[in-house]
Amino acid sequence: MDAIKIEGLTKKYKDVVAVDHLSLTVAKGELFSLLGVNGAGKTTTIKMLSCLTQPTSGDALLLGKSICADVAAVKSVIAVSPQETAVAPGLSVRENLELMCGVHGFGKEKCGAKVQEMAQLLALESVMQKKAGKLSGGWQRRLSIAMALISDPEILFLDEPTLGLDVIARSDLWDLIRSLKGSVTIILTTHYMEEAEALSDRIAIMKDGKLLICDTAEKIKETAKTDNFEQAFIRIVKGVAK
Amino acid sequence: MRMLTFAKRTTKEIIRDPLNLAFGLGFPLVLICLLSAIQANIPVSLFEIDHLTPGIAVFGLSFMTLFSATIIAKDRGSSLLQRLYTTPLTAADFILSYTLPMIPIAMGQTIICYLAAIVLGLEVTVNILYAVLMIAPVSLLYISLGLLCGSVLNDKQVGGVCGALLTNLSAWLSGIWFDLEMVGGTFKKIADALPFVHGVELGRAVLRGDFARIFPHLWWVLGYAAVCLAAAVLLFLRQMKKQ
Repeated sequence: MDAIKIEGLTKKYKDVVAVDHLSLTVAKGELFSLLGVNGAGKTTTIKMLSCLTQPTSGDALLLGKSICADVAAVKSVIAVSPQETAVAPGLSVRENLELMCGVHGFGKEKCGAKVQEMAQLLALESVMQKKAGKLSGGWQRRLSIAMALISDPEILFLDEPTLGLDVIARSDLWDLIRSLKGSVTIILTTHYMEEAEALSDRIAIMKDGKLLICDTAEKIKETAKTDNFEQAFIRIVKGVAK
Repeated sequence: MRMLTFAKRTTKEIIRDPLNLAFGLGFPLVLICLLSAIQANIPVSLFEIDHLTPGIAVFGLSFMTLFSATIIAKDRGSSLLQRLYTTPLTAADFILSYTLPMIPIAMGQTIICYLAAIVLGLEVTVNILYAVLMIAPVSLLYISLGLLCGSVLNDKQVGGVCGALLTNLSAWLSGIWFDLEMVGGTFKKIADALPFVHGVELGRAVLRGDFARIFPHLWWVLGYAAVCLAAAVLLFLRQMKKQ
């Protein structure tokens, strides 16, 4: 079964078409990247898939559950790490993780075990008692991803997860994302071409709400007749390569 | 369970902010001490403790509006709410989690206010207990205003509207510092049409033990609280949908 099946998904804001009849599928366990320049429709697509915004028309099935008709069921299998760091600044790292356990209805025992597991997975042990608002950008991103992963989501949306991070912090996050490949279906949006190329199984490039191409990085480079992925992206977005 | 988890988080965020403690507790306490000191040195009865305390207790609630609005506006601005909207929390969970924790905080603030007043000479009667309980509907009004402002304003705007405008409205149009009859005219009509003076008069009537006089003030407070809460819920749901 596909993890995600998008059919004619469209979002209009008054006269602006943010996403225009988007159709694609994502396989279970796949790491799928959405690329595009600002305003391409990536974030709107993620917002629709995560039930934050209702589509104007079309639908998407996440593990067979409709984002239009079965919102509660979709929310039970997804998690989102938003573009901006979304942590409770006045709570400690541990309390942030416990907050997410609580909103997912975990009991005390399960909560304790999950907090421990996330602390180890994201190497957060040394900062567990620190207030989230006092952490550096890199640590906040780690915590943000841990908060998304704590509910064991089957589909994880990572909206520009490495934005503003230094090289080391980005490399650490790449390792983490790679380690999740296969067990969790990941939808990643990013402006960093090398990130998409290094991490993704397949990549979709969007422009003005439309899907321009959806394939592996290698095939996209072949289509654009270049060895450089960034060049391929530019050619496709500018309409030089079809 | 889910709602309680998020409500607990709201409480922690508010009580851990030292500025909240300074304004929420410190400012009303400074006012009550200062005005009592003035009263002790003037020949006329202007700031008698039994008259002043219910007013200061209501004025202190304007900080509840500020706290409530600030935390919601900050959550909206930081994408924390966006993250939580993708969890199984429902709209009712969010609204209750932002509203309910504020009521015991408001009651706590009122208790501290009355304890300070007792130290300054307020006679201890059972009416103090009733006055603390009757602060609940007034606090609901102020908390609703916070939910309303937090749903439509960003955290900087909240500072201006709730921190400056509302505290001034609550201060000047509530009859805490001076008798509104002395000003009269349009000023008094405007004050009477707003809920602040009714919240203060409600507290004064209860503290005097003059329970017949709590009406119509209680109706004014409950009416405004109901309208503000309904508007706040609608605006909160609207911004939730806008995500």
